[in-house]
Amino acid sequence: MFKIINLVLFLYFTFNISYANETNTKVDQITKNLRCLICQGQSVYDSQSDFAISMKLVVKKKINEGKEDKEIYDYLKNKYGEWIVYDPELNRNTFLLWSIPLILFVFGGLLIVRKVSIK
Amino acid sequence: MSKNIKFLGLLLTLIIIFIILLKGLNVSKDYSNEKLKNKIDFSLNAKKLFSDEIINISDLFDKNSPSVVNIWASWCAPCREEHQFLMKLKDMNINIIGINYKDSQKNAKNFLSSLGNPYSEVITDNDGTKSIEFGAIGVPETFIISGKTNEIIKKYIGPLTNENLLEIKKFIKENV
Repeated sequence: MFKIINLVLFLYFTFNISYANETNTKVDQITKNLRCLICQGQSVYDSQSDFAISMKLVVKKKINEGKEDKEIYDYLKNKYGEWIVYDPELNRNTFLLWSIPLILFVFGGLLIVRKVSIK
Repeated sequence: MSKNIKFLGLLLTLIIIFIILLKGLNVSKDYSNEKLKNKIDFSLNAKKLFSDEIINISDLFDKNSPSVVNIWASWCAPCREEHQFLMKLKDMNINIIGINYKDSQKNAKNFLSSLGNPYSEVITDNDGTKSIEFGAIGVPETFIISGKTNEIIKKYIGPLTNENLLEIKKFIKENV
């Protein structure tokens, strides 16, 4: 009997821990992609500023409410603007940023193809 | 001939890159969210500073005219500086709601009893999460919020000045 109770308790706590860890890794994952707006060059994950600490709490709260990653990012973009995320969206201002690597890739590929066919 | 074309092509590419980078130098890098006008979630609950009672923040706002929300803390020196302007706003019969940011209850009360209390109500934000709902990055910050649409009409990051005071007065008159 004692063994069974032990086992149940053991299972209960291990599952609880793994659940908590899952939320925490998700918080880490999201906050690594958020810019700490008052500390230059740091993510919210890396920073221990008041702003970053609160932001981690907010992200955790949103995850516990069952919000999807995208909803959390959209919520924060709505409050702080595009600048809060490290992943810039494709729009008129960031068009070159996204297209130049692609153009260079195609251009380089063409060069290689030409070199090979000449030989 | 083909060498010339290659050279011209290279030159042209370099010139284009040069122009793009030169233009990029002059792009203003304003990353502040001061101009963002987002809606506030009025279903938020918060604890009052003076009575420990938990209330819904929508009760604090006047539905017919804009209210001013000020995020402050007793440990914040610029807040002390701008306090005189908040007192003046109060004298103009403007509804000011205070959000006490990461502060001790005792210090916050002392601050208000020594400098005066411009707020119609003060709610506490001990973990800073409520300020994030307002899109704040620190203290002090001041917002003009429409009671009708729950929208931020105007935002001031940092301590208020005399010019801001006149602007707030004008804004509230316009939006009644």
